[in-house]
Amino acid sequence: MTATMSPSTGAPLIEARDLTKYFGSVVALHDVSLSVRAGEVLCLLGDNGAGKSTLIKILSGVHPPDSGEILVDGEPVVLGSPRDALQRGIATVYQDLAMIPLMSISRNFFLGAEPVSGFGPIKTLDIREADRVTRTALKQMGIDLRDTSQPVGTLSGGERQSVAIARAIHFGAKVVILDEPTSALGVKEAAVVLRFIAQAREQGIGVILITHNINHAFPIGDRFTILDRGTCTGTFDKANMTPAQLLEHMGGGAELAEIEHELEKPIPAG
Amino acid sequence: MATAEGRADERVRKVGLASILLARPEIGAVIGAIMVFVIFAVWAGDSGFLSVAGTASYLQVAAQVGIVASAVALLMIAGEFDLSVGSVVGAAGMVVAIGIGVIGLPVWLAVICAFAFALVIGFINGYLVVRTRLPSFIVTLGMLFILRGLTIGITRAVTGRTQVGGLAAATDGDPIATIFTANIGPFSISIVWWIGLALLATFILLRTSFGNWIFGVGGSAIAARNVGVPVDRVKIILFMATAASAALLAVIQVLSVGSGDVLRGGSKEFEAIITAVIGGTLLTGGYGSAIGAVFGALTLGMTSQGIVFAGIPGDWYQAFLGVLLLAAVIVNNYIRQRATMTRH
Repeated sequence: MTATMSPSTGAPLIEARDLTKYFGSVVALHDVSLSVRAGEVLCLLGDNGAGKSTLIKILSGVHPPDSGEILVDGEPVVLGSPRDALQRGIATVYQDLAMIPLMSISRNFFLGAEPVSGFGPIKTLDIREADRVTRTALKQMGIDLRDTSQPVGTLSGGERQSVAIARAIHFGAKVVILDEPTSALGVKEAAVVLRFIAQAREQGIGVILITHNINHAFPIGDRFTILDRGTCTGTFDKANMTPAQLLEHMGGGAELAEIEHELEKPIPAG
Repeated sequence: MATAEGRADERVRKVGLASILLARPEIGAVIGAIMVFVIFAVWAGDSGFLSVAGTASYLQVAAQVGIVASAVALLMIAGEFDLSVGSVVGAAGMVVAIGIGVIGLPVWLAVICAFAFALVIGFINGYLVVRTRLPSFIVTLGMLFILRGLTIGITRAVTGRTQVGGLAAATDGDPIATIFTANIGPFSISIVWWIGLALLATFILLRTSFGNWIFGVGGSAIAARNVGVPVDRVKIILFMATAASAALLAVIQVLSVGSGDVLRGGSKEFEAIITAVIGGTLLTGGYGSAIGAVFGALTLGMTSQGIVFAGIPGDWYQAFLGVLLLAAVIVNNYIRQRATMTRH
């Protein structure tokens, strides 16, 4: 299993080479490349409209790229649909669309892959098994939940994201793409999710974290790929970076510094 | 971070029976049905409401709406409406009546034709909804009028009338007709169909993968699709099931009465929706219960017959129905918030 492989020595779990995508006359992405290894968190940073969403939609099989290629475990693949991507171990967790609030945690966990028992055409849902597996799977990932038969609506935002990530990993994801998992969360809740991402990394999962919040990206990220208006402006290792430098690369640094001067009041740094 | 194996989680509070019951979607309907029963038992108990005949009469009314409401509840939990139910009752009834009375088909074949016809209508409803992405409210509202108009037009063109009677000669003693029209003592066999369908719907909803998909599709179709649930297929199947339940009601009505009328089933679509809503089903989907719909149907049946036993003219029935609906929505809303939004 790749899980035990040390970071940075293995071949990339997923690699994108020179992806380009047009929407009509709009160049959404131009020659963007990135790669993620097992046990690594790659942060995809960029302002609104930088092409982050387009890029992850290509990686999760929603859109085909107009040129460029995607390699999974070193082999070129065509991701024809989200289902296709899932089968190759690439799971995407969307911010608002991860969980169904009125359904129980275990029913959510197994939605679309329900455990059944019985013979012949009449297969009954094994709720007890679903509860048991859900609790075990969450516990393995370090989430110690209350009653899994409670509606997901009773969970906090951070817990919901964590359960969605745990579900993706339980069903075989090697690469988990997280679309702005912390943007709607408070500070404490965001910390819950970040801690959980660290847990996933320790298990050898490759994580692509999309965010525009450097305060969230910097503590958890191993490498940072920055997108600006559809092009990749660089990929940086954490060792060679400070948060301030990163912000500058994102293109927001200059503007923020200007405002800082105008207001003559320091903005709290991350 | 994980607690030691086997140690109880201190954050799981022992919850009382009341809290557990209040988390069920059908609890409001159960309490409502008991209240309506008590009201009419006191008000009209000595004028026949509590007699066997009285019980049989309100159970039969409940069965008529309940047969459709089980399927409607599942469809609504999946986030869709079907306003064409009443028209399907009228049209499928006419298929049976014309089939037996005019064409001379055997009863079993006429019944099969009625169900086949309903399944086709249900498929068209579902297909149009998933293909056009239009609200099912509009699609099935269109179907309500199309079907009613076609039923009246075709029936008059074929028979010259809007009613087809005289089926008794063909249906009396027919074994297939007996399945739909027999009485068990003073009780109509439709009650058995009602309870049977409600149990089937409950089993599907709570104990099969398909049931889990129904909740998922209604809760968030996009989230469900993201994890591989065949959203369109689930919806089309439920539209077909709803139409089939309307056909069952039509077959029971036409074979019991011995005649078909083009206007049969009028306003059944609203009664079925009211029944499902009283039963705790959320109008926007994702939450509800088929057992709740049983108690909703029971409430409807007791109200419709209870006011007659209480000596109030039947004219007032709709006003009672409207009040029940509003009260049920308010109470269920409160219960659902308690069930889902509280943090322990």
